[in-house]
Amino acid sequence: MHRSSRRRLVAAIALSTVTAVAGTACSSGSGTTDTKGAGGGAYTIWDPYPQFDKTSAWAKLLDECGSKAGVKIKRTAFDTSDLTNKTLLAAQQDNAPDVLIVDNPVVSTLAEAGVLTTTDDNKLDTSEVDPNLLAAGQSGGKTYGTPIGANTLALYYNKAVLKAAGVDVASVKDWQSLTSALEKVKSAGKKGITFSAIGTEEGSFQFLPWFWGSGAKLTELDSAQGESALALWTDWLKKGYAPNSVINNTQTTSWQEFASGDYAFAENGTWQLANADKAGFDYGVLPIPASAGGNASAPTGGEFVTLPVQGDPGRYTTSQKLVTCLTSTENLNATDTALSYVAPTADVQNKQVAAKAGLKPWVDAVKAAKGRTSEDLGTKYPKISEQMWKAVQSALSGVESPKDALAKAQSAAQ
Amino acid sequence: MRDPQMNHTKQRPDGRSASAGGGAATAAPPPAPARARRRPASRQWAAWAFLAPVTLYLVVFYAYPLYRNVDLSLRHYTVRSFVQGNAPFTGLKNYETVFDDPTFGPALMHTVVFTTVCLFFQYAIGLALAVFFHQNFRLSATLRALFLVPWLLPLIVSASTWSWMLNSDSGIVNSVLHTVGIGPVNWLTSPDWSLTSVIIANIWIGVPFNLVVLYSGLQSIPGSLYEAAALDGAGAWRRFWSVTFPLLRPVSAITLLLGLVYTLKVFDIIWIMTKGGPAGSSTTFATWSYQLGFGNLLPAFGPGAAVGNLLVVAALAFGLVYLRVQRKQALS
Repeated sequence: MHRSSRRRLVAAIALSTVTAVAGTACSSGSGTTDTKGAGGGAYTIWDPYPQFDKTSAWAKLLDECGSKAGVKIKRTAFDTSDLTNKTLLAAQQDNAPDVLIVDNPVVSTLAEAGVLTTTDDNKLDTSEVDPNLLAAGQSGGKTYGTPIGANTLALYYNKAVLKAAGVDVASVKDWQSLTSALEKVKSAGKKGITFSAIGTEEGSFQFLPWFWGSGAKLTELDSAQGESALALWTDWLKKGYAPNSVINNTQTTSWQEFASGDYAFAENGTWQLANADKAGFDYGVLPIPASAGGNASAPTGGEFVTLPVQGDPGRYTTSQKLVTCLTSTENLNATDTALSYVAPTADVQNKQVAAKAGLKPWVDAVKAAKGRTSEDLGTKYPKISEQMWKAVQSALSGVESPKDALAKAQSAAQ
Repeated sequence: MRDPQMNHTKQRPDGRSASAGGGAATAAPPPAPARARRRPASRQWAAWAFLAPVTLYLVVFYAYPLYRNVDLSLRHYTVRSFVQGNAPFTGLKNYETVFDDPTFGPALMHTVVFTTVCLFFQYAIGLALAVFFHQNFRLSATLRALFLVPWLLPLIVSASTWSWMLNSDSGIVNSVLHTVGIGPVNWLTSPDWSLTSVIIANIWIGVPFNLVVLYSGLQSIPGSLYEAAALDGAGAWRRFWSVTFPLLRPVSAITLLLGLVYTLKVFDIIWIMTKGGPAGSSTTFATWSYQLGFGNLLPAFGPGAAVGNLLVVAALAFGLVYLRVQRKQALS
């Protein structure tokens, strides 16, 4: 009894010490935010590039731009799927970063939340940026940032597999010729095409080139064109031209399938270029064909540099200097090369192609690409997209016909 | 190996009574001033001071988040009002939205099926293994340790491994099935199989927990009972049903309750393996709640919190049932 009460006392003391320590830790944490609020001091930058550590060129570039503007930079890298909610929470606490680099379809959501400043307020110059890329960051006639770089989707193909199957890649011009190429590949004993149809935004991103390539519009999911796009995918699965695993594939796992060397085609993004060089086989890149020929619009990927609303408007001047430095021609070139992205301005695009001719089809694809939230869809897009990936999953897994799945999606997206 | 286990089991009931004592301690002060009339105030202060860290901890880490979650579920939040904090109070509107959602019925069904099937098999397999290892043959300790591996692995590792093994085209399970002449099964990508697949993975992960708790429960059954039963001519089967099983009842109850709470809220395995799909065929309340709150570019905080609260209420209800049963047992 005696011992147990002593033990309890020790435990109580230990616990109160822990609370005290935790308390100090918390208060020192809020101390740093106080200095931030007082103007001057460190400027915070959040980005979705956790792959870049302190020694990377990206981190050094941030510091360099900071010292040019005469301020210290405090950078935090988040996982891209985490960043939206982290930003919303920070804004709720009036503690948003000075500069936020965020995935482009999120911009309209954050703008709707009142978290971002417009280019009218922050005086960012976006005149050089390709208008189709800038559109992803515009809603209600206002612009909420500037793209740091863009990527999009195209078809990678394995030259050896196509040759063995007797397919001339130049013959692939529309959906019909692509499907017959897949048929030849399959009868030659190889696998046709892999993509990602997972039940997340990634799945919608990958379906969009086919959806748009059919001539369908996001405001009308259940049009005959939209149905034809989903029927194309469903038939590929039924006939075994695409593996059943696409239903669960992320773009990374889909790429791994292609990298195994068995597949003729893979729908994947600009960011895989560096991996493609390492894959150990000869590959080519083809824009995604539209239903009746020509190139389909693919969705634009890539991030926007934005300036979240601050309690102290005096901070915008310095933040604007930071962003201008980050998006200057020279720095854009370096950053986009490191990210394996296509630059958002014609000037830098030319430099990129001059340095690496393999980027040419990607620059063309980016020029033809469309923002997911463009055409003033804004925050309507996330709802539509969710229903779209659900419809794709239902149709591919055989729960519903493409027609029924899309009809259901359309009524749910309203 | 044996002794620490013995202590472990014996401490379980102790630990419980200690936590019940925590409740009693709050009630204890009133008689105390009556006895020590000289310095009632200072004793009271000391009591509060000792209580303060725990109370503070409970309030900051349990009460407040819970309150916030209830508050979230009772207001109409858009991203804008989430940031500016002026979401209008809408009462039970979010709950209505959730109940009317076409996802609700299937999600409820999946949650019930997932929980009961997992719980049944985890318990049955765990108990069978516990009885098996209780015989203490050679290498039993080593084997038992090996059975703990699923428990020790990070969930992301085990779930990813399962999803590789169950891959339709390149998974090992389908290639084994192929060698015995069974056609490929789309484990994760067919709506008929996805729920089964996540259940299998979750059973595998849950067995070690049941094994450990039930094994330590077995240790506390006196050997003399088995000897007496054997002398009376009871066979192994009879001994299990007439001695082991009834005497294990209190331990079984807590195992099943804890298992229930763990299984109700299973999220990671399902999310990593199937994302609740395809076509919602493996969506449970836990994944649905996450899907609403975080799985979309435009988060729906209100309905997400409402689904989460339904889960909390379900777990709480079963907790109360357990307490009631336990009190009845203690009285009888």
